[in-house]
Amino acid sequence: MTTPRAAILGKIRGALSGADDAARRAAVEARLSKAPKGVIPARGQLDDVSRIDLFCAMAEKVTCTVARVRSHDHVPKAVSDYLRARNLPHAVRVGDDKRLKSLPWDQIKTLEIRRGPSDGRDEAGLSHALAGVAETGTLVLASGKDNPTTINFLPEHHIVVVDAKDIAGDLETVMGKVRRKFGKGEMPRTLNLITGPSRSGDIEQKIILGAHGPRAVHLVVVG
Amino acid sequence: MQITSPDFKQNARHALDDVQLQKALGNVRAGFIDKRLKAVGALPEFDALRDSARDIKNHTLEHLDLYLEAYEQKVTAAGGHVHWAETAADARSIVLDLCRTRGARTVTKGKSMITEEIELNDFLDASGVVPVETDLGEYIIQLRGEHPSHIIAPAVHVNQDQVEADFRRVHTHLPVDRDLTEPETLLDEARKVLRAKYFEADIGITGANFLVAETGSSIIVTNEGNGDLTQILPRIHVVIASIEKIVPTLNDAAQILRVLARSATGQDMSVYTTLSTGPRRPGDPDGPDEYHVILLDNGRSAMLGTEFQEMLRCIRCGACMNHCPVYHSVGGHAYGWVYPGPMGAVLTPALIGVEKGGHLPNASTFCGRCESVCPMRIPLPKMMRHWREKEFERGLNPATQRYGLKAWAFFARRPRLYALATSIAIPVLGAFGKAKGRFSWLPFAGGWTKHRELPAPETRTFRQQWSQREALKQGGRA
Repeated sequence: MTTPRAAILGKIRGALSGADDAARRAAVEARLSKAPKGVIPARGQLDDVSRIDLFCAMAEKVTCTVARVRSHDHVPKAVSDYLRARNLPHAVRVGDDKRLKSLPWDQIKTLEIRRGPSDGRDEAGLSHALAGVAETGTLVLASGKDNPTTINFLPEHHIVVVDAKDIAGDLETVMGKVRRKFGKGEMPRTLNLITGPSRSGDIEQKIILGAHGPRAVHLVVVG
Repeated sequence: MQITSPDFKQNARHALDDVQLQKALGNVRAGFIDKRLKAVGALPEFDALRDSARDIKNHTLEHLDLYLEAYEQKVTAAGGHVHWAETAADARSIVLDLCRTRGARTVTKGKSMITEEIELNDFLDASGVVPVETDLGEYIIQLRGEHPSHIIAPAVHVNQDQVEADFRRVHTHLPVDRDLTEPETLLDEARKVLRAKYFEADIGITGANFLVAETGSSIIVTNEGNGDLTQILPRIHVVIASIEKIVPTLNDAAQILRVLARSATGQDMSVYTTLSTGPRRPGDPDGPDEYHVILLDNGRSAMLGTEFQEMLRCIRCGACMNHCPVYHSVGGHAYGWVYPGPMGAVLTPALIGVEKGGHLPNASTFCGRCESVCPMRIPLPKMMRHWREKEFERGLNPATQRYGLKAWAFFARRPRLYALATSIAIPVLGAFGKAKGRFSWLPFAGGWTKHRELPAPETRTFRQQWSQREALKQGGRA
């Protein structure tokens, strides 16, 4: 009996018949291994300072808020300031990410650090981005044993730390970084590209923030 | 879902008389066009990216079998399962089998047109599994027992007061005197109701905007975050995608993403673009234990190698319907099946047959706006013409239309007779219409003049005016 797989592939091959199969295979292998870049917009191709500025400006355009700090040591205070300014409970949900774990949290005595994935009862979550994309103000977050994906979606407020040196001009550069970090053709279970807080336009096309994910996304850009 | 595409004319008539619908359609005309224009204007490389996106999809379609095999291999290597389905019924039974063997009673769903195409919700309901739509628009129409009227804004035909009435009717556990007069309060209510559903669900079903052969990833592009909660909270994530969703590499996906959101909603990027690869990894604190992909053909492979192959480039952005004067007038339901607007007019006859869907390609003025905004440069009017030819070849259009076309063809093939006939008819029409400059009624054109007036012609034919123009040009040169 023909399997559905063989039937579908057979129909496709039948429709594409006449082409040189060896050449087709070579073309596919070449594209998969070389992953050519197409058109890269000039918008993000800037020097370091302007690229980081563009990233912050684009993030603000999609209604993120941005705080810039000089070093990672200033992150706990930036988190605390954000929570206080919005009268939120002085607590934040964090994964085991080493870049966040090693920060001087004890400087902010009253801040409660909740470890592990979110169960939906947290007002605020904190993540560390793998990268940022300047052309669109996009955050790139990879899941892993230290980085629960639930933190990106369940809390009402999502605070994300981005290292300025990880801000790339364009998405393709970040994809290159993903290949280097996880191996060519390998991926983390979830790679989230996040551009602003959750929103919906489903009621009469009016854009409202906070549909199912965070109502607010706050960036702490380091460096 | 009952297919009413053959009744397009009647559907359109009802739509034109539907006051609520006409009010709602104003939002389409007002919203999408300006937003797209602004986003496109801010990216000088937009047209070059359209070319790039078109070329990527053309290349992929010419090598589709090989990319599907490469993709399958990567999904399997990441611990996921690939299921192949030739028809809608096959896809449905794979889903049901997963539900039965896993003891699933509730499934949450991210927004997915492919599950509309295979009528998954009705099937699950009938099989004792409760499907819960989580996209706000999809949730609203599920409560109303309707189908999407737009591929990215499924509830665009519904007005706010109707949503309020639906929420009051269904959310009876909430206080009767609550305030639901603002879109914000409606959204808040849906958010709370649906939050609980994500945690209860046994299986989360999403579609896919792209499948990446390089990595075995499925990509969803959303704004609300419902698709993400659907795929990370339940124990099992099932992706249903048609075979043409494949792109070769992450870089190829990046190219097409740049034209997708701009064309759809006028955003540079949608809020959430999520790449999922396999199930939860060892040590991961969250994510699904199982990851399944159902690759559905359902008529796509039959389009390959035909004059409709280019339609398989479609990325479902909705720009064609957002810019279509016919869609603006009648909305999506009039098209009578899953896919409305110009892309629906081309895709529907391919998927359900020209006998049932062949009338849709006639619902076009051939103004060409759809093609001019299509990010994938799909020649939609050309393909609608191909369908019209097929409809005529098979004798599917009504007798009056066929005789009319034959009469016109008789004259068109005899240029002198054509010139003679028009040189008599046009001045007569022109003279009759001179007073008003237009006709509100004409014999044999009552259907046309019922909803609009026909401008009275100049007293000379186009060909007469043209020869005079050419003669003047010649004279000028001499």
